[in-house]
Amino acid sequence: MGNTQEIEAALRRLCPFFLSGGQTIENLKRLSGGASQETWAFDAVSPSGQREELILRRAPSGQDGSRSSAAIGLAKEAALIEAAARAGIPVPKVTYVCRETDELGEAFIMGRLSGETIAPKILRDPKFAGARPLLARQCGKALAGVHALKTEQLPDLALSDGLDQIDQYEDIYRSFDLPKPVFELAMAWLRAHTPKRRSNVLVHGDFRLGNLMVDGGGLVGVLDWELAHFGDPREDLAWICINSWRFGNPGNRVGGFGGLDDLLAGYSEAGGVVIDPAEIDWWEMLGSLKWGIMCLIMYEAFRSGADPSVERATIGRRVSEAEIDILNVLERV
Amino acid sequence: MSTNPTTVELVRAVRAFMGETARPALEGHAAFYARIAENALAIVERELCLSAQSDAAAKDRLRVLLDSSLEERRDLETLLCDRIRKGSLDWQSTALMAHLKASTIDQVKIDQPKYSGLAIATESD
Repeated sequence: MGNTQEIEAALRRLCPFFLSGGQTIENLKRLSGGASQETWAFDAVSPSGQREELILRRAPSGQDGSRSSAAIGLAKEAALIEAAARAGIPVPKVTYVCRETDELGEAFIMGRLSGETIAPKILRDPKFAGARPLLARQCGKALAGVHALKTEQLPDLALSDGLDQIDQYEDIYRSFDLPKPVFELAMAWLRAHTPKRRSNVLVHGDFRLGNLMVDGGGLVGVLDWELAHFGDPREDLAWICINSWRFGNPGNRVGGFGGLDDLLAGYSEAGGVVIDPAEIDWWEMLGSLKWGIMCLIMYEAFRSGADPSVERATIGRRVSEAEIDILNVLERV
Repeated sequence: MSTNPTTVELVRAVRAFMGETARPALEGHAAFYARIAENALAIVERELCLSAQSDAAAKDRLRVLLDSSLEERRDLETLLCDRIRKGSLDWQSTALMAHLKASTIDQVKIDQPKYSGLAIATESD
C-alpha cells in the first residue's frame, strides 16, 4: 500500500466524507519528503463541479517513524489541531481522521490553506512585504493561544521540560561517540544556569518558518504538530529565534522577520505570561544544541545505512552551524 | 609523488559537470539531490584546501590547553570533552573559549562559509 494509484483509490472511496456528493479525486500530488510522514495535496470533486482543496497527512503503516520517537502520531496531531481550531488559533480544518479499514495507514485529511510555507520566499518575496512586520506579533498571539489550551482536555502527551531535553539529547549524542567539545560546553553551561520553572503548557515543539503558513496579511496557519508535548512555554518562543531559523537574516531575531519585543508583546497581549527577553537566551542555546544533535541524528541515519542518501550525509556538516550559534549566544549572555 | 590532475582539480571538474551539465537536465527530486551533491563536493574542495592548516593549528592549541602530547586531533578532542564534562575546564577559561571559537570558525569556513553565524562570530573578534 502506498503508491499514488492506491492512495487515489482509497481517497475516492472516502470522497463523500470530504465533500457532499464528492465522487472523484483530482490533482493528487506528494508535497513533501518527510522522513516519517507524507503530505499529499488533492482535490475532492463532485459531479456538479464543486471542489474541495484538501491535504492528506499519513504515516504509511508498517513504517517506523525514523524521524524521531518524539513524533506523537497522526491521530493525536489531528486532535490537537481540532483543539487549536476551537480556541481560535489559525490552523487548517480537520476534515476526516482515517480508520484502519480506510487503507491509508495512520492518516487524516484537512483543509488546504492557501499561502506560503517556504522561508526564503516569506522573508524575501515582495508579496510578503506587508506581512513581515506583522508576523512576530501574530506569532506571539498564536503561541499564547497554544499555551493557553487546557491540558486536561488534550490527548495524552509526553512531559518534557528543558532539563529533560538536555538529558534526552545528551543520551543520543553520547550514543554516537562523536566528540563535540562545544556541545559538552553548552550542556555544562545550560545545567549551571537553569532558569526558574514556569508552569507546564502545551508546547507546539516545532514552531518556526517552514511550519507556518503565511499569506500577504501574515500568519494563516500553524502546521506540523507532530513534536507537540507538555513543557515550558519559553521553548516555543525561543525555538523560532535560533539563528538557523532566521534563514540568513540574523538581524531579525524572530524567524528572520521580526524582533523579540514584538513576539513577547504579542504573546502577553493575548494573555500569555510576561517573559523577560533575557529568559530567551537559555532556551535559544538549548535550541541550537538540539538542532546540532538533530543534524547528528540525520547523519547517523546515513552512517548506519538506514538512509544512504547524499542529503543525510551532507546534513552532518551542519553541526558546525549549531556550534557557532552556541558560541555566539555564549558570548552575549 | 605529484599526480595531475590534483584531487582538488578532479573534485572541481566533477562539481562543474554537476552544476553546468547534469543538474540542468534533471528535475524534481533528482535536481534537488543534485544540488546537495554539488554542495557536498564544494565542502570536499574547501576541506582539501583549508584543513591541513586549520587542523595543525587546532592540534597545537589543544596540546597547550590540555598539556598533552597526544598526536591525533580526535584523541585530543575526546580528552577535551572529558575535561569539560568533569568541569575542570569551562566557559570561564579564556584559552578554552579562544580555542573553541577559532576551531569552530575554521570548520564553518569549510562546511558553510556563507552561514550568517560565521559573520557574527568573526565580527565580534
